[in-house]
Amino acid sequence: MTSQLSRSNAREWLLDLLLPASVFLGSLLLWEAIVRVFAIPPYVLPAPSLILTTLIADWPLLFASLLVTLRITFEALALAVAGGVGLAILLAQSRAVERAFLPFAIILQVTPIIAIAPLLLIYLESSTAVLVCAFLVAFFPILSNTALGLASTDHNLVDLFDLYRASRWRRLVLLRLPSALPYFLGGLRIGGGLALIGAIVAELAAGAAGQGTGLAFRITEAGYRLNIPRIFAALALISFTGLLIYGALALISRLVLRHWHDSARSRQM
Amino acid sequence: MLRLSGLAKTFPGGTIAVTGVDLEVRGSEFLTLLGPSGCGKSTILRLIAGLAAPSEGEIIWSDGVRPKIGFVFQEPTLMPWANVFANVYLPLRLAGLSRREAAPRIGAMLSRVGLGGFENAYPRELSGGMRMRVSLARALVADPPLLLLDEPFAALDEITRFALNDDLLVLQRELKTTIVFVTHSVFESVYLSQRVAIMSPRPGRIVGEIAIYSLEPRSADFRVSAPFADQAKQVSAALRDAMAVGYVP
Repeated sequence: MTSQLSRSNAREWLLDLLLPASVFLGSLLLWEAIVRVFAIPPYVLPAPSLILTTLIADWPLLFASLLVTLRITFEALALAVAGGVGLAILLAQSRAVERAFLPFAIILQVTPIIAIAPLLLIYLESSTAVLVCAFLVAFFPILSNTALGLASTDHNLVDLFDLYRASRWRRLVLLRLPSALPYFLGGLRIGGGLALIGAIVAELAAGAAGQGTGLAFRITEAGYRLNIPRIFAALALISFTGLLIYGALALISRLVLRHWHDSARSRQM
Repeated sequence: MLRLSGLAKTFPGGTIAVTGVDLEVRGSEFLTLLGPSGCGKSTILRLIAGLAAPSEGEIIWSDGVRPKIGFVFQEPTLMPWANVFANVYLPLRLAGLSRREAAPRIGAMLSRVGLGGFENAYPRELSGGMRMRVSLARALVADPPLLLLDEPFAALDEITRFALNDDLLVLQRELKTTIVFVTHSVFESVYLSQRVAIMSPRPGRIVGEIAIYSLEPRSADFRVSAPFADQAKQVSAALRDAMAVGYVP
């Protein structure tokens, strides 16, 4: 029984980790092979090995830019959490307030932020504009998820708090906020990824007018110089950062919810 | 303990849930409201608890005011993010007791419902019956003179339900809590209560009351005794009559 169980576990592990990893590695090798066999010049499509050497050679430059992008991302995310959760709590206080303000939130949400970016760049100093852009895209998933969570409190538990004549404050802290936590964490995971995208997109929109030195700026700059390998190196760094942010937020959510929420528990036999 | 006088509840949509309900609940008794689904049994409990306001009629409390009330819902209704201790602590916490003041009472109540040592478990880790026991402990921990139970064991398997029935009886006799219990099970009503009030289908009315006699303390023997069968038959017949009453416009 046990050996059977461990064998099936091993097979699952193989499928979960080894299979995607080997497919990924295989496609990199295929890419490398195609570039070499057809002698594709690096300014058209650089081989993975060249991208890696570029990444190492340009590391001081790219790493400094990565730090700039990361700072914008996390500042935007922190602001988005404070603003999104704060506004969601405010909206949850009364239906009238919610009705009055939700249309604004929705209009801002459905408007592609890249379309607002040029305007922000006119009104604001470019580094502030980039931050505001990243904030705006990360803000709405956090707001709407948290608002949904605050509204989906168990009705019987609400009755119970009524029965014990709980104050509004107690109700918020002991019942509504914990109820909203899984929803908020879902929003945070989406918001974290979007904050990075927002930071990159805004910096791209800022282009040469910006004083930015983030990764998007490096991409634009490398594009002007036809330094294609560096573009790929910067892209790889951005993807990796996105993965890392998503992974970290998913881990936080798993740790916080491990005792009680379905999403954080593996299926039991 | 309390008297319902001409109580009626009409929902905003115009649905009449209950109408003309007259009922007395005596101190320390175990009273069951028995009726078909949707007859307004739960509405009466909510009115008694003050969770809804009556459209007509009034509730007269023998002490002049509504006392502390414990409420057990159809589902355990526990806070999934909080462990057993924190769930049972809730009523005391909302009453302003510190964790340290509350701890001995919580421990004692958990032992009473057979969950001593489960303080740190989370609801998800417990079986349905154990969750219902936590819910019961939470309802009783603040020592309410009146306990309202809304079909609490309907979702449990029979073995678990019988065990919880017995434990509830023991608790009630020990604590002298007045209980109003809602169920649609004839057998459960006869086994548990001293008095069964029978309700007609919507709009719900109380159409009869039957006193249940048995040697005390009741135990599993009562469930298979002749008096139990006789009284169950009597209650079934009354319920059948009540169902017929309901169809008269």
